[in-house]
Amino acid sequence: MKAEGIGARVLRKEDNRFISGKGNYTDDVVLPRMGHAAFVRSPHAHAKVLGVNAEAALAMPGVDAVLTGHQLVADGIGNIICGWLVHSKDGSPMNMGAWRALEPEHVRFVGQAIAVVIADTPQQAKDAAAVVDVTYEELPAVVDSLAALATEAPQLHEEAPRNTSFDWELGEEQQVADAFANAAHITKLDLTNNRLVPNPMEPRAALADYNSAEEHYTLYTTSQNPHVARLVLSAFYNVAPEHKLRVIAPDVGGGFGSKIYIYPEEIVCLWASKKVGRPVKWNCDRTEAFLTDAHGRDHHSHAELAMDADNRITALRVETTANLGAYMSLFSSAVPTYLYATLLSGQYDIPAIYANVKAVYTNTTPVDAYRGAGRPEATYLVETIVDKAARELGLDPADFRSHNFIRSFPHQTPVIMNYDAGDYDATLSAAKQAANYADFATRKAEAAARGKLRGIGLSCYIEACGIAPSQAVGSLGAGVGLWESAEVRVNPVGTIEVLTGSHSHGQGHETTFAQLVAERFGLPTDNVTIVHGDTDKVQFGMGTYGSRSGAVGMSALAKALDKVEVKAKRIAAHLLEADEADITIEDGELKIVGTDKKLSFTDVSLAAYMAHNLPEGMEPGLKEGAFYDPQNFTFPAGTHVCEVEIDPATGKVEIVQFVAADDFGQIINPMIVEGQVHGGLVQGIGQALLENAAYDADGQLLSASYMDYTMPRADNVPSFKLETNSTLCPSNPLGMKGCGEAGAIGAPPAVMNAISDALGGVEVSMPATPEKVWRLAQAALPKQAAE
Amino acid sequence: MYETSYNRVSSVTEAATALDAADDPKILAGGQTLIPTMKQRLAAPSELVDIRQVDELHGISMQADGAIRIGATTTHAEVAANADVRAQLPGLASLAGHIGDPHVRYMGTIGGSLANNDPAADYPAAALALGATITTNKGSYSAEEFFTGMFETALQENEIVTAVTFPVAQRTAYAKFPNPASRYAMAGVFVAQTPSGPRVAVTGAGQEGVFRMPAMEAALAENWAADSLGSIQPDAQDMLADIHGSAEYRANLVNVMAKRAVAAA
Ligand SMILES: Cc1cc2nc3c(=O)[nH]c(=O)nc-3n(C[C@H](O)[C@H](O)[C@H](O)COP(=O)(O)OP(=O)(O)OC[C@H]3O[C@@H](n4cnc5c(N)ncnc54)[C@H](O)[C@@H]3O)c2cc1C
Repeated sequence: MKAEGIGARVLRKEDNRFISGKGNYTDDVVLPRMGHAAFVRSPHAHAKVLGVNAEAALAMPGVDAVLTGHQLVADGIGNIICGWLVHSKDGSPMNMGAWRALEPEHVRFVGQAIAVVIADTPQQAKDAAAVVDVTYEELPAVVDSLAALATEAPQLHEEAPRNTSFDWELGEEQQVADAFANAAHITKLDLTNNRLVPNPMEPRAALADYNSAEEHYTLYTTSQNPHVARLVLSAFYNVAPEHKLRVIAPDVGGGFGSKIYIYPEEIVCLWASKKVGRPVKWNCDRTEAFLTDAHGRDHHSHAELAMDADNRITALRVETTANLGAYMSLFSSAVPTYLYATLLSGQYDIPAIYANVKAVYTNTTPVDAYRGAGRPEATYLVETIVDKAARELGLDPADFRSHNFIRSFPHQTPVIMNYDAGDYDATLSAAKQAANYADFATRKAEAAARGKLRGIGLSCYIEACGIAPSQAVGSLGAGVGLWESAEVRVNPVGTIEVLTGSHSHGQGHETTFAQLVAERFGLPTDNVTIVHGDTDKVQFGMGTYGSRSGAVGMSALAKALDKVEVKAKRIAAHLLEADEADITIEDGELKIVGTDKKLSFTDVSLAAYMAHNLPEGMEPGLKEGAFYDPQNFTFPAGTHVCEVEIDPATGKVEIVQFVAADDFGQIINPMIVEGQVHGGLVQGIGQALLENAAYDADGQLLSASYMDYTMPRADNVPSFKLETNSTLCPSNPLGMKGCGEAGAIGAPPAVMNAISDALGGVEVSMPATPEKVWRLAQAALPKQAAE
Repeated sequence: MYETSYNRVSSVTEAATALDAADDPKILAGGQTLIPTMKQRLAAPSELVDIRQVDELHGISMQADGAIRIGATTTHAEVAANADVRAQLPGLASLAGHIGDPHVRYMGTIGGSLANNDPAADYPAAALALGATITTNKGSYSAEEFFTGMFETALQENEIVTAVTFPVAQRTAYAKFPNPASRYAMAGVFVAQTPSGPRVAVTGAGQEGVFRMPAMEAALAENWAADSLGSIQPDAQDMLADIHGSAEYRANLVNVMAKRAVAAA
């Protein structure tokens, strides 16, 4: 292994900047004359807006303007789009309710923006926003998706009868019905996947700057995909044409999906910047983040699993109701459909699967992709019902799983996905071994002697990453292609700039992308700079989400490096008077194999730019670009084993051991991968034990601050035991699968199955709060004592 | 935050004068409650009178009778680390050492905590269980007189807490079940074996703020042991209920925490 190449634990190059407070975030950008925006937001979950009176606000000190929805609509600013068209099973397209960046007439969730105040200071803007007088006519609200389906429920959008956007299906219903008719055993389950708030450390922010001389806009913003933001802003919101809009996403402090989308606030800042003739900055406060960042999950499902007499799974049937919130956010339609139902086969050879998903509007914050996006929902369902089936059949949950594993690849599931490679036995046995699974009974008895209920739980997850083959997603309704681009600029002195369409907001690209260059040319990573996040620098890119930067972004880089390598070798061969095929690149030198004749990388790049002596017909310079469109999704998979101890007197759950054995394919930097897994596991454990976006019946978010929304902390989790067991991904040049979401996908069912095991097999809903567990423990204790 | 003016004073008299002169002033101590409240625009004092640099309000001293006097601006971290407190009132030291996080403990003060009387704050349980005396620039209160309800105290407008005096106790312990999100107390029970008998005070759980548990005190007077508390609980009707726990659950927690505190004392 090369010192800084693939597989090396290179310390993160970006961390010096971050941990010494030298990051450059959107809010750090200060422009002359800039004004500050504060939004007037609905305090009601559902209401007609009868009037907006800004007189008092306009009279406040420092106030420049108060802009409303009527002005926005009059100026032709487009409605907020959903980028993936899903059709109902009857063939009709999804029903989209109109979402305006500032709502003039009818607000549908607490926190929805109605007007914006622009003032000289943030305080003045907030002071004035507080006195903008909005007259409302309150309407009844509905927050639960099942309740929203009822005929008598309040209706949100005229366009969506019975609050339904779509009623979608996947799989062969009849084939599944036949399998159930012949089943030897059927396991049934109802479960809820709790709603989460993403909570990146840096709240969203935007700074828009309209230059009237050039009729050009610049937007600094907290985006995971600045090019997509520019495309959508220009194509759909009519703010500016693409060549007149530059989007810069500088350092971004976490996203977890919530910074994929183009929100009302960015649109309004751009529009307002031209209207008021000065740059406009908006900085989200934490309460606004709770109310307006797209939430995650929120499914209710009923599932049934059919087994034959040999305990083989023959079919799975799933009915899911997905809560969209009040409006359809950018990828909200894809999350509960193509990112969810396509993963319902899990790691198992299931001949027939049928899923029906209803997507429903409610008076809550819009829901969209959040770390894992659809795949955690699928995994939680599959891994909970498989566990329940094993329990009902009296089988060891690990044995029952492995009995049903897929073992030959490629494997076509009944729900679109074609798994290309994997070894599920390997990750299961690695996890069992690391967890000392065989010896659990001893530990349980020892815990019982201390008055604790101990349980163990498994989760054998699979996910689809490397999002995504453009043609395939296009045929399923995606509004964009999901390739990635890279450009490698070798400078005359041999240092390198890599421009990538991937965006780093915590992932460590400045290190891992440089490691790929180090691997290829044997140059130190210090000679490589990674450039990203600016549409004026990088030509185009699709950004970072869906664990795609490695499998897709680095594949594009590998392709561009191929081209640089070819050209550099041609130049070297020419200068050394050798055959191209005899040139190798090692340790920053181009050598003729088997001789001591060589040139440094700098010699070659300098020659490329001097152009005094290049091969006949060769263009000067050393700069190559590539676009990479994946052939298939990638399929990271693994087994998580969680062990818990419950204090029956309080219901407090302590995770006493957690093992994750993952197959991520090729790993570039194990240290960074471990960090990604740790973070994902903590978020997954957070969902299982702690986090919950709780609304009251009127649509007020009860957990709208850290006083009530339980973010996981270091002392909520144990020191993780990680194992990696790799099969290479055959569909991309590096064999990478992706690791960013695995923890959040695999952990919840492992935790919940462990709690259920500790309590004697009862069903527990997420989050397993102390009170919930206390009540179940009180009921379980007399039973366990009697056993 | 709304606009405000800031005034740092160096004596109690100066503080009192500044408070009387201002329109709508607030005393600022550690700022760990007041500043977040102002940031959320839930408080809008016209003037902040910062008492953290007032020497006479700061420090811990052992009195002749063994009581421990703690100045109002003494931080949670100072209380937790103080040798006298650790030796004489270990329950109090441990309580202070588990408030919030290090940042909160290095800034937040005992006077601010008592004056605020958050129903989920920890110190009120210690003050009530130990029968502390709260001294102000105008007089003094027993703990019973001082805490008058949720976020309510006997303090008059602009009255400044100057010190809290904790009398001797043979045994002390505090057991807290933290709210999983905020880490304030969902049920915090302070038990003390005092010269006048056992005292038990509960914070976090009650609708009216901190309260005593006479039934537990009587049981402990018979026999100072966790078991003697049996299933004694407060009436669930008087307990708080929110998304983190029902009244019934909180009543159970009071019993469990009381037993753990007695076992630890
Ligand atoms: C993240 C976080 C976690 C926390 N966790 C806990 C916890 O677990 N348990 C807990 O008990 N507390 C907790 N707190 C609260 C903390 O202990 C505060 O420090 C305390 O409640 C207030 O003390 P202060 O010195 O910061 O007062 P300030 O915030 O300065 O003032 C609070 C109030 O008291 C008044 N006041 C202050 N000093 C005096 C005085 N000498 N005389 C009269 N009035 C006065 C002020 O005018 C104001 O109304 C937490 C706070 C934070 C921010």
